[in-house]
Amino acid sequence: MNNTKKYGNFPGIRSADITLSISESGRTVDAIQRQEKVGHILSTILTYLIIGVLAVLVVFPFYWMIITSLKTNEEVIQSNQTFFPSIVMWSNYIYVFSAFKFGTYLWNTIVVAFFSTLGTLITTVLAGFAFARLEFKGREAVFLVFLMTMMIPGEMMVISNYITVASFGWIGSGQTLTQAYLAMIVPFMVSVFYIYLLRQNFKQIPNELYLAAKVDGKSDWAFLWKVMVPLAAPTLISICILKFMGTWNSYVWPNLVTKSADFRLISNGLRGSAFVDVETGNVSYGYQMAGTVLVTVPLFLLFVIFRKYIMHGVGRAGIKG
Amino acid sequence: MEQAKSSSRSAAASLAAPNDFFMERPDYQEGYDEKSKTVVRLVSNRHSRKNKKAYKVTNIEDVASKNNWKAWLYLAPAIIAVVIFLVYPLINTIFISFLDNYNYTTGSFSGLTLSNFGMILGLTTYNGVPETNFVNYAIPNTFIIVFVTVPLSTIIALLISVGLNSIKWFQKFLQTVFFLPYVTNAIAVGMVFSVLFDQQGVVNFLFHTDTKWIYGATRWTAMIPLCIYIVWSSLPFKILIFLSGLQGIDKQYYQAAKIDAAPSWKVLWKITVPLMSPQILYIVITSFIGAFKEYTAVVGLFNGPGTTNGDYSMYTIVYYVYDYLSSHTSWAAAAAVFLFVIILVFTAIQMQVSKKRVHY
Repeated sequence: MNNTKKYGNFPGIRSADITLSISESGRTVDAIQRQEKVGHILSTILTYLIIGVLAVLVVFPFYWMIITSLKTNEEVIQSNQTFFPSIVMWSNYIYVFSAFKFGTYLWNTIVVAFFSTLGTLITTVLAGFAFARLEFKGREAVFLVFLMTMMIPGEMMVISNYITVASFGWIGSGQTLTQAYLAMIVPFMVSVFYIYLLRQNFKQIPNELYLAAKVDGKSDWAFLWKVMVPLAAPTLISICILKFMGTWNSYVWPNLVTKSADFRLISNGLRGSAFVDVETGNVSYGYQMAGTVLVTVPLFLLFVIFRKYIMHGVGRAGIKG
Repeated sequence: MEQAKSSSRSAAASLAAPNDFFMERPDYQEGYDEKSKTVVRLVSNRHSRKNKKAYKVTNIEDVASKNNWKAWLYLAPAIIAVVIFLVYPLINTIFISFLDNYNYTTGSFSGLTLSNFGMILGLTTYNGVPETNFVNYAIPNTFIIVFVTVPLSTIIALLISVGLNSIKWFQKFLQTVFFLPYVTNAIAVGMVFSVLFDQQGVVNFLFHTDTKWIYGATRWTAMIPLCIYIVWSSLPFKILIFLSGLQGIDKQYYQAAKIDAAPSWKVLWKITVPLMSPQILYIVITSFIGAFKEYTAVVGLFNGPGTTNGDYSMYTIVYYVYDYLSSHTSWAAAAAVFLFVIILVFTAIQMQVSKKRVHY
C-alpha cells in the first residue's frame, strides 16, 4: 500500500507511475485511505466526546458536594442555582464541627478499623498458610466449607450474629464503649474471601523455598513470618486498605449493635447528625455537604496514595470491605 | 510477585548444585561430607530422576505429615470465628424463621410454624392485622431496582470500557476518574444525590422542572433518583473488570474484522461481547446479588424507609430485615431466608443460561 516503494521485479516502473483503483467503486486506494483516516479521526473525536461527557457526569456529584459545602444557606436554596459559590463560606467547615462530632466518630472508626484489621490479618495469614502449605487430612473438606460460606449473602448472618453478640452481653441498655467496640470488632475478625485470596498468593510462592527453609532447620512458624508474609506483602496491604475502607463505609451493623450515638462510626454519625442551622432551625445543606466532604476526603487521600493496591485488590476481590 | 519469581529462580539455582553433587556420588549418605566439608541433606530430586535409587528422600514428607495437629492450630482462630459468625448464624437464621413466638432475649419459642413466611407474604395476620409492607413495598421495590439497574449499569459500563480501551490519550487519567465513585462513602454520596435532586436542587434547575424527587415524592418518582444513584455507584467496579477483560482479548480478531471491513457495532456485538462473556457473566451474577441486597442507597438518599415520615414505600427486602430484626425477629429471619432462596434461584438460572452462551 505504501506507494513510495519501488515495485519489486519490474525495473523502470516506480510507484508514482501506478495508480491502484478498486474495480467496483472506482475509487483509488488513496481516496479510500483518506476516507478511512477521516472516519478514524471522527470516531476518535466521538469516543472522546461521549467518554468526556460521561466522565463529567460521574465527577459532577463530587463537584457539587464541594461547592455546596462552601455556599451560604441562602445561595443553596435560591431558585437560581449557581455553579460556583458567590461567597466562599469556609466557616461552614467550622460550624459543622458543632453539629457533627467528627472527632469522636473518627476515633471510633479508627479503633474499630485497626482491631478488626489486625484480627483479620492474624486469622487470614494463619489459615491461608495452613491451606496453602501444610498437608493434613480434611484440608479440602474444610476449605470447601469455607468457600461455601462465601456464596451466602451476609444479611442471612446479621440476625443470628445480633443475637449471639447480645448473648455475650455486649448489647443492652448499660452498654459501655468497650462493649460497643467489641460488638463492632469481633464478628469481623475473619473474612473467608481474604483467606482464599491469600491462599492463592501463598501457593504461588515456590515450594523449594519451603524445603530450603526446612533444610536450614527453620520451623513452619518462622518460615511463615520470615518468608511467606514478606513475599505476600502486596496482597496483605490490599487487604488492610480494603478492610479499612469497609469499616469506614460500614453503616448497618454499628447502627444495630450500638445503643448510644457516641459509640457509632463515621457513616452513622454523618447520617444521624441533624446539621441544623442554629439561626433558622432548618437543615443547612452547606453544613451537611461540609460533613460529607470531611467523610469523603480521607478515602480520596487513601486512594491517591494506594491507588495501585486498591485497584489491584478490588479487581480480584470484587467486594467492598 | 516479581520478588517471588526472582527468589524462586535463585532458590532453584542453589538447589541445582547439590543435585550435581549427588550425581557424582551415587553412594552418598546424608550427613557430613568429608570431601567438601559441608553438611548435606537432600531436599529435591527433581533434577535427577534417573538416579532415584542412589539415595533416599528423607525428612521432608515426614515433616509435613508429622505437623498434622499443628495445621489445625494454624486453622483454629479462623475456624472458630467462621463457625461462630458464619456457619452457626446461617443455620440458626433458617431455624428462627420457622419458630413461633420467638423471643431473642430469652430464646423462648412456642413451637415450629410456617406462619412467619405466611406473615411476610401477607397470607396470615398478626393479632388480626395483616403485614403488608413486605408484599407491597419490599418485594416490588427490590425487583424494580434489580431489573432496572443491573442491565442499565452493565451496558453503560461495557460501552465506557470499550471506549476507554480504544483511546490513547488520557486513558489512565480517565480510568481513574471512572473509578472514583468506588472509593466513596455510600451514605455520604447518597446525601449528595439527595441535595442534587432536592426540589430547589440543580437537577430541577437544569431541566426547568419542579418535581419532588426525594422529600414528599411519590414512590415511582423517588425510584428514579434511587436507580440513578445505584447505577452511578455500581459503574466503577464493572468498568474495572471489563477493562481487564478487554485487555486480554487477542488483537488478531480485530485485525481480521478490519480486513473484512466489518462495521464497528458488528465488531462489538460479534467479537467483543462473545469474547467478554466470562466477565459479563461474572458481573451480571455479582451485581444481581448486590442489587437484591440494596440498602445503603435508600438510607443515604431518603434517611429512612420512605419519602416522608411514617412512609414505608421505599422498603427493600434487606431494609425490611434490618427494620424488623429486634421487634419481630422471626419475620426478619423469614424475609432473609426468602431473599436467600431468590438469590439462589436467580444464580442457578444464570448459570444454566451461561452454559449455552458463555465461551471460555
